[in-house]
Amino acid sequence: MPAVSKGDGMRGLAVFISDIRNCKSKEAEIKRINKELANIRSKFKGDKALDGYSKKKYVCKLLFIFLLGHDIDFGHMEAVNLLSSNKYTEKQIGYLFISVLVNSNSELIRLINNAIKNDLSSRNPTFMCLALHCIANVGSREMAEAFAGEIPRILVAGDTMDSVKQSAALCLLRLYKTSPDLVLMGEWTSRVVHLLNDQHMGVVTAAISLITCLSQKNPDEFKTCVSLAVSRLSRIVSSASTDLQDYTYYFVPAPWLSCKLLRLLQCYPPPEDGAVKGRLVECLETILNKAQEPPKSKKVQHSNAKNAILFEAISLIIHYDSEPNLLVRACNQLGQFLQHRETNLRYLALESMCTLASSEFSHEAVKTHIETVINALKTERDVSVRQRAADLLYAMCDRSNAKQIVAEMLSYLETADYSIREEMVLKVAILAEKYAVDYSWYVDTILNLIRIAGDYVSEEVWYRVIQIVINRDDVQGYAAKTVFEALQAPACHENMVKVGGYILGEFGNLIAGDPRSSPLVQFNLLHSKFHLCSVPTRALLLSAYIKFINLFPETKSTIQEVLRSDSQIRNSDVELQQRAVEYLKLSSIASTDVLATVLEEMPPFPERESSILAKLKKKKGPGAVSVNELEEGKREGGELNGGGERGGDNSAIATSNASTPSPSADLLGLRAGPPVTAAAPSAGSLLVDVFSEAGVNDDGFLSSAPPSVVSEDPAPPLPESNELLNKFVCKNNGVLFENQLLQIGIKSEYRQNLGRMYLFYGNKTSVQFVTFSTTVTCPGELQSQLNVQSKPVEPLIEGGAQVQQVINIECLTDFSDAPLLNIKFRYGGALQNLTLKLPVTINKFFQPTEMASHDFFQRWKQLSLPQQEAQKIFKANHAMDTEVLKAKLLGLGMALLENVDPNPENFVCAGVIQTKAQQVGSLLRLEPKRASSDVPINRAQQ
Amino acid sequence: MIGGLFIYNHKGEVLISRVYRDDIGRNAVDAFRVNVIHARQQVRSPVTNIARTSFFHVKRSNIWLAAVTKQNVNAAMVFEFLYKMCDVMAAYFGKISEENIKNNFVLIYELLDEILDFGYPQNSETGALKTFITQQGIKGQHQTKEEQSQITSQVTGQIGWRREGIKYRRNELFLDVLESVNLLMSPQGQVLSAHVSGRVVMKSYLSGMPECKFGMNDKIVIDKQGKGGTTDDPGKSELGGSGKQSIAIDDCTFHQCVRLSKFDSERSISFIPPDGEYELMRYRTTKDIILPFRVIPLVREVGRTKLEVKVVIKSNFKPSLLAQKIEVRIPTPLNTSGVQVICMKGKAKYKASENAIVWKIKRMAGMKESQISAEIELLPTNDKKKWARPPISMNFEVPFAPSGLKVRYLKVFESKLNYSDHDVIKWVRYIGRSGIYETRC
Repeated sequence: MPAVSKGDGMRGLAVFISDIRNCKSKEAEIKRINKELANIRSKFKGDKALDGYSKKKYVCKLLFIFLLGHDIDFGHMEAVNLLSSNKYTEKQIGYLFISVLVNSNSELIRLINNAIKNDLSSRNPTFMCLALHCIANVGSREMAEAFAGEIPRILVAGDTMDSVKQSAALCLLRLYKTSPDLVLMGEWTSRVVHLLNDQHMGVVTAAISLITCLSQKNPDEFKTCVSLAVSRLSRIVSSASTDLQDYTYYFVPAPWLSCKLLRLLQCYPPPEDGAVKGRLVECLETILNKAQEPPKSKKVQHSNAKNAILFEAISLIIHYDSEPNLLVRACNQLGQFLQHRETNLRYLALESMCTLASSEFSHEAVKTHIETVINALKTERDVSVRQRAADLLYAMCDRSNAKQIVAEMLSYLETADYSIREEMVLKVAILAEKYAVDYSWYVDTILNLIRIAGDYVSEEVWYRVIQIVINRDDVQGYAAKTVFEALQAPACHENMVKVGGYILGEFGNLIAGDPRSSPLVQFNLLHSKFHLCSVPTRALLLSAYIKFINLFPETKSTIQEVLRSDSQIRNSDVELQQRAVEYLKLSSIASTDVLATVLEEMPPFPERESSILAKLKKKKGPGAVSVNELEEGKREGGELNGGGERGGDNSAIATSNASTPSPSADLLGLRAGPPVTAAAPSAGSLLVDVFSEAGVNDDGFLSSAPPSVVSEDPAPPLPESNELLNKFVCKNNGVLFENQLLQIGIKSEYRQNLGRMYLFYGNKTSVQFVTFSTTVTCPGELQSQLNVQSKPVEPLIEGGAQVQQVINIECLTDFSDAPLLNIKFRYGGALQNLTLKLPVTINKFFQPTEMASHDFFQRWKQLSLPQQEAQKIFKANHAMDTEVLKAKLLGLGMALLENVDPNPENFVCAGVIQTKAQQVGSLLRLEPKRASSDVPINRAQQ
Repeated sequence: MIGGLFIYNHKGEVLISRVYRDDIGRNAVDAFRVNVIHARQQVRSPVTNIARTSFFHVKRSNIWLAAVTKQNVNAAMVFEFLYKMCDVMAAYFGKISEENIKNNFVLIYELLDEILDFGYPQNSETGALKTFITQQGIKGQHQTKEEQSQITSQVTGQIGWRREGIKYRRNELFLDVLESVNLLMSPQGQVLSAHVSGRVVMKSYLSGMPECKFGMNDKIVIDKQGKGGTTDDPGKSELGGSGKQSIAIDDCTFHQCVRLSKFDSERSISFIPPDGEYELMRYRTTKDIILPFRVIPLVREVGRTKLEVKVVIKSNFKPSLLAQKIEVRIPTPLNTSGVQVICMKGKAKYKASENAIVWKIKRMAGMKESQISAEIELLPTNDKKKWARPPISMNFEVPFAPSGLKVRYLKVFESKLNYSDHDVIKWVRYIGRSGIYETRC
């Protein structure tokens, strides 16, 4: 750099700056600047040409004013003029002004580009560097267009000075980052890669940044750099600390270059060439060895530089994930750092270990440090380090140490920072579920979790507990007991109350035998929390109360009293008020039978991905998760909410469900409750089917035609095919018969071996039917197989009116025939006689069962006897839609098993036929063949 | 209610800090400094909300006064208080400057204790305050119990602004009508908006407890009298010769000594005046304003690099009157590189630091006109932004009230002491100043 002469001190600028600094107020400053601007304007306007010095001075002042935050709208021309000066200082100021203040002004950009071009083609290295720096600083598209072709040439030319090469490499990197489409490396690729062999370390350092960036975009083109990088690395690693002169930093040879080389290697898989690989492994070993050596200096810079290389090397080892030996060594090295007194080192060690823990080779090695990590979690003073420790514990957890880790995390949670509590809670919940060996431990853990950090327990967590408790009948009793005990604490968290309300509502009966937890005690306990809870929780509790009425009839009066009180029935919250009113009516009007059906225990939840996991994914933030995944997370969240609503609103759903089978469906006016249908689709399982059917039925069972029957239905084992009967194989409700006089609607429901059928006889005419009578008969041997009782109907049906008949059916043993219904009445004097088959088939008494893939096939094979198996191949009359088929199969009453058959096209079902005499398990396979549209049906019975 | 009051110098150092309520912590002092005084953008709003705390500030030269509160207070009340506070301080030690505040800080704390109690504003009448907060210090033995109780009864009594037993040899009374006239005019001479805001300031040196009655040419009063008096003599003009008989006052406010009930019922202004100087009333008019000056601008752009400006001003009042301190400010474009000015009267100069040509004329009689012409050279810029042409503004002082307000009478009655209205020497003066007096060009 040319020496700065005395005249370049620019006194005027110094005076101006000190004037501004001395200004007492903003206004004074603005005045001073206005004055200066006017002065500069008059100077620039003046007719006599300014000399280089004063031009530089005024441009400098303008720059200073601009940096103070004022607009500058002139002087660009003068700055561009400075570019063509021969003096370094003037050129420098010109470039500085351009870099800071340039905007894409077309006329000036051309001038600037011209000046840059001149400088680039000059032989003066300092001018070339200035020009390159300016290009890099501005980095606009125009500049990229103008110089993208020129710079690579400078970069690889043999006669370019080293310092210029350095600048050129970095300048190219910048242009590549702003407009990658304009920087075409094609012909230069190999020569750029060979810069790694350059004598000058500075050039190599600059070039490697460029190469790393380029090879991330097109790794194949730059593949050759791997071997060069390895050899360069090994030369540096093996050099003595004095070899590299200027590039030795506190006794560490070229630390920046080493780090960049290691990072470049992380862009590629392990080298395939054995020699290269051997050399690389050697390098990595040397680096690991060096970490063990005593430090050459006590200065912090020395250890920082050394550790930087070490951590990059470990990242590379983890990236390769193929050298068990190195992985374990790396792990041990990190283990040492875990107890280092440098906080940063501990942090980095924990972070690296997290990735190590996921590698199969080093997982065990990582696990040996569990005590240290737990200790770190407890004693670290820096929250970010504790966070990493928690992450690591989560990563290293497996079945063997789950209990210990979960216990530690739980105990830490009591003192954890607020910022990481929610994440910790989620992690504990996931680990507890994932590695739960027995579910009582799981329930204990989660309830503990809610007790300790209730505020941070998100909805998903407690939904999950309830899902699991409902799906596992072996823990239900234990859960009820634990929850009951937990609720006895004088102050317990609202989430605990929710879980408690739900579980006691469902399974309170399991602990009611104990006088200490008698129904009334349970109720009083729950109700004591009622007034401290928010509205949604109160709503849940109300549902729990009505469930209590069903479970324990002795509490009925107490609960009715509560429901009737003004604070419930006149609550200002509409939801609470509605629930109170409806439940009160329901409890006082409905018979115990109806109550039992309406308030039945919740069916098991369908298994799906743990909602908590999704929540944790979402919580990790948009940085890690792509938009797509995020949206998925949201959708998941929505579903969850739906699911949760279902969890919370169980009895609301159940009640509305009751409107279908209830003999006096409109009695409670419950049909008006729209939330049912809103909640139903989200439940997404068997339940949906029932609901949608019910919905259709509600509007359609008098007027609309029955849904078209698809005859690809799995054929029932009936000897003769009866149209009217067939369509009821897979559904329970619909129109059984219709002519111009009479319409017969049907609603039926089955539970185990019992069924109840409602027949609705509608008079379509305006004339009354008289002597209306019906009889149900069981022909032949059916009499011993099926027990059918019907209540008599009124003999008179007014025109347009409808009467209802209830028929109770009990299945004694398996049967194949259907009972007959005979109807007689007089219409306008003429006697009408009608005989129909009642749609009662054996599949109505199916109880769906879930089973795993290997269970299924094991049983399937056991049923090898010819009489145990039935097969039928038939032609599909309609195009086969998977969803329609699924719905049909579900309608059949069996459980549709997903992911059981290796061929995803096939449908597999399992169910148990419940009769009074015995229970018959049966399996079904439906193999649709698209090409031939043959549908072979396999059916096995035991 | 006001939670605290701080006074800062221009650097943001705290000169006075008085906290009245617990909800204002010490950090409020810093919050205001950081967010308002040292704010990156100039804070233009007088009310700033920082962390649920409201800061109301006024600025006097380089001094910031800030009232702080966490409650939802009446902002107008707070500002009224702050202005009163400025008046009180000015009455005690003159100009509000950093040095004066530092020299009188004990006094200021004393004043603050008296005029704000637990954040509620108290008596801030200078005359009354001066009786018990003095700058000389009070020597206990000189003040008898009687005097003390007299102060107490006066401060807490019905007429808090005047003490009893005042005696002057010469009963004298000065009345100033001070108006500022605001105008925005289009280049073609159309009035876009104009209003006058005026004050009646009184200095009274009267003995005893006199009862005063003030009368002016208020339209409502004149009309009422016209109806009540002889019907065929509407032009009975004892009012000045400007031809205008009465003025319509849009709104007015009074000093607390004025009996508002009487004003409401009879629209007569009667009061027992405080001793010394005070502002009797404030008012605003928008109709029939006499515009003392007319500005006729002529701006011509000659190419991209030159601008020719010619401005003519005409005075529009009686030739016998003299306007003073006339100043015309002609803004110049931001890329001005040189200015040549020629003016017939007064002095004109280009002030680069303010981006304006300033033309000053010391005196100018009514019904005259004068002009200035300037050539402005411009530096071509690459910016496409067009010059916004800010309006030409003007300052002046004229010896009449542009609103047309006239004082009809000021009667003094003192029943106990034996001097009558005729014995009081009364002085009336009108001063009209320019407020924001702008003409677009």
